[in-house]
Amino acid sequence: MSSLVWTHTRYQFLEQLRVPIAIVASVFFPTISMLAFVVPFTGDDPLMATVGTASMTLFAVMSSSLMGLAIGVADDRGKPWDPYVRTLPAGPFPRFAGRMLTSLAIMLIAVVPVVLVAAFLTAATATPLQLLSGLGALIVGALPFMMLGLLVGYALPSKAAIAVSQVLFFPIAIGGGMFGNPLDPPAFIGAVAPYLPSRGAMELVWAATAGVPPRPLPLVMLAVWTVAGAAAAVWAYRRDEGRRFR
Amino acid sequence: MTVLARTIGVTRRYGEVTALDDVSLEIPAGRLVGLLGPNGAGKSTLVNLFVGLRRPTKGVVELLGGAPSDPRVRQRMGVTPQETGLPEALRVGEIVDFVSAHFPERAGTPELLARFGLDDLARRQVGGLSGGQKRRLAVALAFAGNPRIVFLDEPTTGLDVEARRSLWEGIRAFHAEGGTVVLTSHYLEEVEALAERVVVIGKGRVLADDTMQAVRGMVGVRRVSLSAPELPALPGVVDAQRVGDRHELLTSDSDRLVLDLVASGVPFSGLEISPATLEDAFLAITSKEAAGV
Repeated sequence: MSSLVWTHTRYQFLEQLRVPIAIVASVFFPTISMLAFVVPFTGDDPLMATVGTASMTLFAVMSSSLMGLAIGVADDRGKPWDPYVRTLPAGPFPRFAGRMLTSLAIMLIAVVPVVLVAAFLTAATATPLQLLSGLGALIVGALPFMMLGLLVGYALPSKAAIAVSQVLFFPIAIGGGMFGNPLDPPAFIGAVAPYLPSRGAMELVWAATAGVPPRPLPLVMLAVWTVAGAAAAVWAYRRDEGRRFR
Repeated sequence: MTVLARTIGVTRRYGEVTALDDVSLEIPAGRLVGLLGPNGAGKSTLVNLFVGLRRPTKGVVELLGGAPSDPRVRQRMGVTPQETGLPEALRVGEIVDFVSAHFPERAGTPELLARFGLDDLARRQVGGLSGGQKRRLAVALAFAGNPRIVFLDEPTTGLDVEARRSLWEGIRAFHAEGGTVVLTSHYLEEVEALAERVVVIGKGRVLADDTMQAVRGMVGVRRVSLSAPELPALPGVVDAQRVGDRHELLTSDSDRLVLDLVASGVPFSGLEISPATLEDAFLAITSKEAAGV
């Protein structure tokens, strides 16, 4: 089973590598966002710079997890190769895992320039341990978004998946308080944020990199979104089987 | 005789449309079975049920003694994708490796490529292959896991004559070593060249299921061709084609047709009567069905 996960990951990644512009875009999006929205505004406050860097990185990771998987999966389902792969002797797990690991690998590559920009151009500080646990927090925080991406990708055709993943993503990001001052959100956002996965993911990343203590409710909700998202993604995959080409 | 695949009373509906209607079919080990039928007859749905892509609305589908939806059962089965939808960015060798990795028994990438005349192309990206090369790669993939049974859906669509013949050789070689083949095709010539048993499907039902000879003879159709300016309506004609003043008529009673023709007093010349091809038999069976006979 684990060798099949490796096989699927390898070929997903190879396919991405052969169209390098897609990787270039996902790798540089977080860096450009850093240069535009974090570097000019955080001044010499180390906490603000660290929190800003962490949030911007998470924002990029969330969007590429949700939209990248939703669009990628829906697009693949429209190709005749997809039903063929379904006839191969493997269940849904290796394919899910392969997609998620590929998405994670690209994410890890994308984090490197962000960390360099933060180190050289802002007052952000982090020990090597904080950096590592920050990476771990990013991965955990990305999980519910990957699940939502798989759900949308397996449930909808390609054009609908593009629209729905965007419509889903921005309210979750805005509602989680990712725009504006993340540490002091307006009242309305302060009220809904704890229930959205974006908030839990952010508090996790802040805790890991800047030592800002997380609250329990957003973390519990992050876990709830992850589990519910995974169940819904498996449901969508099973439902998809035997239903294509009406 | 071991049965490798069977359907028992299988019905498959897509919403209001019934694609398969109470189909019971057995594919015994070591046979080369052709599935024949017009577009929309239900051939592809039947194959999709066998390979686990769909589930029946009613009835049971069995593959290698289990359910096709079970991945373990599919380890000894091979399929060819109907369209040449191979991932363009990957190399030929990579695709074969990827597919092979799913099977416990492997044909081996170099051996498989050599068998289908693709050995020089292992390093080429699929997007750079010709249509015929893609098609051969697609068929080769069905054999990657040393299968006991393969389902070949339109294996030689879009191939030139030479490539088609060499693919047929590959399929025959697999069959000669005891492999079981289920083949669907638009090319009647292909089914005629390969299959020993023919299952004719029309409107979701099995219309005929017998040896090639029997299906051909079952309807006893003959092809009557003649030159005449204009023909009257003749009884017993199941299909009529006309090119210029040459008429091609299909009938189950050619003697009667000739008598009627003479009695009608129409002048004609160049009368030829020939035994039915599979295509003729197929037309006769499906048109009978349409007439509700």
